[in-house]
Amino acid sequence: MSNEIELIKDPGLPAHVHRRADTDPKAALRAERQVAILFGLSALGTLILITSYIFIKDDVFIFIPIMGDTNLHQFGIGMGMAIALFCIGAGLIHWAKTLMPDEEVIAQRHEFRSDDEDREEFVKTVKAGASVAGLGRRPLIKRTLGAALGLSALTPVLLLRDLGPLPGDDLKKTNWKKGTRLVTDPGDRPIRPEDLEVGAVAQTLPEFPAGKVRHLDDVAKDAVLLIRLRPEEFNLDAERLSWTHEGIIAFSKICSHMGCAVALYEQQTKHLLCPCHQSTFDVTRAAKVIFGPAARPLPQLNITVDEEGYLVAAAPFNEAVGPSVWGRLT
Amino acid sequence: MTARERIAGNVAGHVDDRTGAAKWMKKNLTKVFPDHWSFLLGEIALYSFVILLLSGTFLTFWFDPSMKEVVYNGSYEPLQGIKMSAAYASTLDISFEVRGGLLMRQIHHWAALIFMIGIVVHLMRVFFTGAFRKPREFNWIIGVGLLTLGIVEGFLGYSLPDDLLSGTGIRIAEAIIQALPIVGSYLSYFAFGGAFPGELFISRIYTVHILLLPGIFLALITVHLMLVWYQKHTQFPGPGRTENNVVGYPLMPVYMAKAGGFFFIVFGVTAFLGAVASINPVWLYGPYTPGQVSAGSQPDWYMGWLDGLVRMAPPLETYLFGYTVSWNILIPGLILPGIMFTGLALYPFIESWATGDKREHHLLDRPRNAPNRTAIGAMALTFTLVALINGGNDLIATTFDLTINQMMWFSRIAIIVLPPIAFVVTKRLCLSLQRADRDLVLHGRETGRLVRMPNGEFIEVHEPISAEKAWLLTSHEQLAPLELPEHDEAGVRRPGALKNKLRNRISRATAVAVPKANETERRELEGHH
Repeated sequence: MSNEIELIKDPGLPAHVHRRADTDPKAALRAERQVAILFGLSALGTLILITSYIFIKDDVFIFIPIMGDTNLHQFGIGMGMAIALFCIGAGLIHWAKTLMPDEEVIAQRHEFRSDDEDREEFVKTVKAGASVAGLGRRPLIKRTLGAALGLSALTPVLLLRDLGPLPGDDLKKTNWKKGTRLVTDPGDRPIRPEDLEVGAVAQTLPEFPAGKVRHLDDVAKDAVLLIRLRPEEFNLDAERLSWTHEGIIAFSKICSHMGCAVALYEQQTKHLLCPCHQSTFDVTRAAKVIFGPAARPLPQLNITVDEEGYLVAAAPFNEAVGPSVWGRLT
Repeated sequence: MTARERIAGNVAGHVDDRTGAAKWMKKNLTKVFPDHWSFLLGEIALYSFVILLLSGTFLTFWFDPSMKEVVYNGSYEPLQGIKMSAAYASTLDISFEVRGGLLMRQIHHWAALIFMIGIVVHLMRVFFTGAFRKPREFNWIIGVGLLTLGIVEGFLGYSLPDDLLSGTGIRIAEAIIQALPIVGSYLSYFAFGGAFPGELFISRIYTVHILLLPGIFLALITVHLMLVWYQKHTQFPGPGRTENNVVGYPLMPVYMAKAGGFFFIVFGVTAFLGAVASINPVWLYGPYTPGQVSAGSQPDWYMGWLDGLVRMAPPLETYLFGYTVSWNILIPGLILPGIMFTGLALYPFIESWATGDKREHHLLDRPRNAPNRTAIGAMALTFTLVALINGGNDLIATTFDLTINQMMWFSRIAIIVLPPIAFVVTKRLCLSLQRADRDLVLHGRETGRLVRMPNGEFIEVHEPISAEKAWLLTSHEQLAPLELPEHDEAGVRRPGALKNKLRNRISRATAVAVPKANETERRELEGHH
């Protein structure tokens, strides 16, 4: 008994199994008719598309099961196109599968590797070319070429300089100054404390003087939420308490995590929730982060009332609003 | 020769006189392609790309990428009189004023989703069958590049209408840019032309979306396909198939019909989805303003895993000499994805280093016969899937009456605990399947027929399997683990000892397998039956 293990052998390609259409001419004719019907259906689809596009008005609705009331114009264009395209594909594939030859063919793979002689020739060619170019013997050319190319690579970088202004301390400033009135968003109406019930939340923006246009850039920094609680519900230190007015507290609406609008307010729990990544801020504790990936509380705006009784900012924000940036604290 | 043949011959001769095309056309028209349904997955991605080009070009004839403020007075009543950007207004016009416009918008968006799905399932097929091994490593890297660029292209594409949902996504992207240490605020101001959102961003990403990235895609896809053409497609093992041949059907006529037909199938299905399935109904979201947001905001699915990682990140921010470093953004948004994609791109080289296998491979692996690789793939998929699920944690919470707290803690724990479990379970499953294959070869197929022997014993009749199936189940290679020396002949520890030890360990784990059945064993058993 030999110690050699005999492996199972490759039996070679299995015997070819003929399809019906290969041997039975009636089956072949049937397959041909099926392919023709599919191509015909495709043509029908295109006709449906053309008819719907030209003749069906875009305010006609019909009821289709599962889909409900459907715009017939849109449905006709879409289904016509879908049928037209799909049936060409189905016809082509059915044709290939039933009528085109399905005998397996064997082709040989070839080695990719160039033979050693070719590789040597390649190396010789490159070396000869390099030495004729003289790079090795003429370091001055090599170095100055390197310097020229390297320097010219700076040009596209420089030409992009005017893509935008330098940020400066833009990211640390908003339009809120001492005495800026809070106005409703939308509506631009100034707000009195009496306008807010306990439990109410309002979206506000700083009042802009007549003539100054409010851009979305401003909204992206200035948006402030006003929330009214009962004064005893606050859990704040003396300084932050002084920034509230009669139970009304103001926070930047721009999430300190990644800048989404913190628009969801849970009235019963007094939590502000940002819908993007679910950072949750506790209103009673100066928007302290109690859940989620935000690392800092929402900046609080110091508010009071002016002589006419409207709510105003008592001071600008004491820190930068919005997401963090490298130089935020400097 | 018929008249038609003569004319065709003249035309062909005309072209061949000037290009010599007859020679390589003749060679390539008879090129053999192997046949397997899983080879169509990459085609889904390819055809979706073509559909994107066609439908996208249509859209560019009406879309206005300007952020200038206009007042809407089209036929969609709820938004009449509302101020919005020209980009958003032109998207509404495409949807409601241009005939076929909404259909094309929806086909374009569905094609983008299917494009990404196609890339991912194609990647999974290539990975689990080991098609990335030599000589196809370079094509794998191109594929990973296509995946990454596809994610970016899709994100930019759905942000073009400047609606509330996609604008929120842009805001998040801007926060990632801004969080980069030292250069963040500068890069952000350069990208947006100033403060966020500015008035330039949509037209800038329009250039990237319709010109720069499609150009790069065309180049990469062309090289990707040329490599497949030149290196010849891989094939699954089976009777008659070896490392040195390709068994299949010729390009003309079979593949031209099948592949061409498949293009129309993919286009038809995409058109069907565009016709009946509403997608990205931007008129419901409203124009973008940074002061508003909708609950249940999610990116498109191929970015969901990124958002999921960001959502579960701990709130970590540190201060370096007064400067702020937002780890809660940098780790999930840049560092982790960077590690994932780099690992993915380098995987062919990591595997060949671990196994010491530097040969060419043209026969694919059945996933069960590479248990370590399959388990690593399952582990990576589990990680990504947990991240993806967390990307929709708020919607899952509301649907299943859970709290977001529960969802987030589930995700934070699951993403660490589940991947290793997936690895172990998958590896054991593969080894079980190998054992089942071995039993099938040695003992035959269980027919379920019971026979009572004269002595009263019941046996189940086993039918021997065909020679083709036996070959399929035993043709794979089972590599021995590496045994790289850690000490030289004198017993002194070598300089590369630690690396060799690590390689030995990994290759031992990779080589764990159920020994495949062989003819000797089969004959021995037959003697006993």
